[in-house]
Amino acid sequence: MNVLDQVEQLYMKENPTDVRIGETVRVHLKIVEGEKERIQVFEGVVIALRGGGTRAMMTVRKVSFGIGVERIFPLHSPQIVKIERIRAGKVRRAKLYYLRGKKGKAARLQEIEGRKEKES
Amino acid sequence: MKTLLGRKLGMTQIYLETGQAVPVTIVEAGPCEVLQIKTKEKDGYTAAQLGYSVATLKSMNKPERAHQQKYAKSLYRFVREVSVENGEVEPGAVVTVDIFKEGDSLSVTGRSKGKGFAGVMKRHHFRGGDATHGSMFHREPGSIGSSAYPSRVLKNKKLPGHMGNRQITVKNLRVVAIKPEANLLFLKGALPGPNGALVIVNKI
Repeated sequence: MNVLDQVEQLYMKENPTDVRIGETVRVHLKIVEGEKERIQVFEGVVIALRGGGTRAMMTVRKVSFGIGVERIFPLHSPQIVKIERIRAGKVRRAKLYYLRGKKGKAARLQEIEGRKEKES
Repeated sequence: MKTLLGRKLGMTQIYLETGQAVPVTIVEAGPCEVLQIKTKEKDGYTAAQLGYSVATLKSMNKPERAHQQKYAKSLYRFVREVSVENGEVEPGAVVTVDIFKEGDSLSVTGRSKGKGFAGVMKRHHFRGGDATHGSMFHREPGSIGSSAYPSRVLKNKKLPGHMGNRQITVKNLRVVAIKPEANLLFLKGALPGPNGALVIVNKI
């Protein structure tokens, strides 16, 4: 293991949530407003994972009041308090960008039964 | 002491407690042994020779080896002179990354990657011409001067030529973190040269 990888390890989360593509997740995000701190939750489908080490990111998509909303989260950011994995979707590709063009029933993913949740 | 020799290890990204992501270059800085001290009386100027990165006997020629064996405890691949105050360090002293602290602003000197013979677009950021639409002017420098007056090309005209592989100093790099146990410095921003290259880290 080279020094760079070891250094990155120091800044990575110890037990990163093993997020997979197509899963529905709830991201608990720490938000600082002035003095106050609160937790905001963003729930949606993971449509892309990219990067490794400290730079790993995921793109989460949801449809909010009929408007598609996507957010990109750095997986190792200290602002992410926790990531809950709600349900696993059956997918056949690494990037689910095709969901952007689908609406309503067509934008659903078939659930994979029996994939156990490791942590909530 | 405010100068260390080191090696650029590469870049990565780390997070501050506030959640801000910072691009950092990891530098292995020191430990450096002080070899010879140059003094005003004897040499006409004041400086300290630093040795960095332990080397083998075979990796240097006889004069170099003899010089190092005279002054140093072990042999070093890199020996460079750095400026010091009079009487600041003694020969044989070992300088480590402890001379820096978090939040310091440092300047880093290194040798940039060689780009070979480069044209004006790459070397001087000329705009070039259209690639298509009948354009017959693509990446050329264009006109390089006037006519009868001055009848010559002005000095320092930006033209194609060798690019890179020269000494570059980057100033005001902030120390984001230090790992003294591994001699590592985390500097915000990029450094000249390839990974593994020698760099001279200097407190401004």
